[in-house]
Amino acid sequence: MTLLLRAMSAIISRETLRFVSQRGRFIASLVRPLVWLIVFAAGFRAALGLSITPPYQTYITYEIYIVPGLCGMVQLFNGMQSSLSLVYDREMGSMRLLLTSPMPRWWLLFSKLLAGTLVSIVQVYAFLLISGLFGIDFSPLGYLYAFPALVLNGLMLGALGLFLSSTIKQLENFAGVMNFVIFPMFFLSTALYPLWKMAEASTLLRDICAFNPFSHAVELLRFALYGQFNGTALIWVVVSLAVFLGASIWGYNPARGKIIGR
Amino acid sequence: MSKLGLKVSNLSHFYGPKCALNNISFEVENGHFCALLGPNGAGKSTLYALLCRLFSAQDGEIAIDGLRLSENPRLALARMGIVFQHPTLDLDLTVRQNLNYFAGLHGISGKTARIAISEALHRLQMAEREHEKVRALNGGHRRRMEIARALIHKPSVLLLDEPTVGLDAQTRRQITEHVHDLASRDGLTVMWATHLVDEVWPDDRLLILHRGDIICDSVAKDISQKRSLAETFAELTESEGA
Repeated sequence: MTLLLRAMSAIISRETLRFVSQRGRFIASLVRPLVWLIVFAAGFRAALGLSITPPYQTYITYEIYIVPGLCGMVQLFNGMQSSLSLVYDREMGSMRLLLTSPMPRWWLLFSKLLAGTLVSIVQVYAFLLISGLFGIDFSPLGYLYAFPALVLNGLMLGALGLFLSSTIKQLENFAGVMNFVIFPMFFLSTALYPLWKMAEASTLLRDICAFNPFSHAVELLRFALYGQFNGTALIWVVVSLAVFLGASIWGYNPARGKIIGR
Repeated sequence: MSKLGLKVSNLSHFYGPKCALNNISFEVENGHFCALLGPNGAGKSTLYALLCRLFSAQDGEIAIDGLRLSENPRLALARMGIVFQHPTLDLDLTVRQNLNYFAGLHGISGKTARIAISEALHRLQMAEREHEKVRALNGGHRRRMEIARALIHKPSVLLLDEPTVGLDAQTRRQITEHVHDLASRDGLTVMWATHLVDEVWPDDRLLILHRGDIICDSVAKDISQKRSLAETFAELTESEGA
């Protein structure tokens, strides 16, 4: 077990060092949701009326509604960024170093996933801190309860990215995945609009949003930020995590013989 | 009879209908330097990917230091040091940070890692560069660093896949000499893949791989005899290819 923890610690340490040395990545991860919060949410504030739905106990402004969704956006982009770096690592060869370690491959992949998740959590808390400066803050317990939700969400979205990286043969193909995964996942979720609002437009859209694991990740976090527990969202996130992680381990199985190219 | 460092039995691998390795078998005794010579596309990289378990063998068996890779993959990988054809370094991390990462992947940390890394760096005359970013190193130093890295966990078998690609003649010679020393002085079993005949020494065990088949398995000086190895290699691979 000690050997496994040492390997995990090495992977987390490497990802942290890489993250610290890539300041541009950190700034970009903050600018993206802040633009949504300051520009997009401000514009929609007047147009959208939000009724009282759990976990809210009073009428809220659109900026308050959108913050958990933007936290999800940070983690979604981070998961895909990690996936992109895996494809890059594979093309550049450094993936071989990881996969020829004597530790179990599933453990190595999980450690990589956890490292990416921790990096994404730092980004989310930095975003929440800046949101607080704009007057959108939560109780101290809310920030605390958000942590386990962020861990689960980060792992789930990272596992999806990991699986996608095992199916992508070339770096050039990654842009397509961004368009076909990130945008539909984000827009067809409860990140920007609640389900009842979607239902007003189309019940089909509402059903797609309700089926989207990202919606449940956002709801899990939304409830946690208000010190509440959303069991349904938790089950969805955990089941999605198990499915995506299983698919990733399958994707990186050496018997498939396709992951490294020739 | 000395123990086998590396044993490959009836190994085959296909990419779809294309045969990359065709039922090859060979053995390398402990502490021997074995050169694997083959033109581009001969199957060398496929063989290396199978040896270090990036792929699972479709047919046949590999044993590292007496351990069957299919049955004990983790133990076998722990006894293997690998230098890949393409660099596998984090350019924005320092030499020591890169080596720490590798040591951790092998379950080595703390004081043990520090000592092992320092020893490996000294052995390759890289100690004074440990705090430099890899991006600042030239190609020869990066390669030396990768060899140093492959030795940190004290493997018994060292696999190198065309480790001198892109290096100047002097650096190539230094690295070739050093790795030969690792076999003769430190008792490491070395498998060195190359397509450059001047990296093969007369007393080296030599395998020639061509189009997925081993077409020659002997001591280098016995293969070439009165002619140069370059001429013999060219003739063998051309006639086989005709």
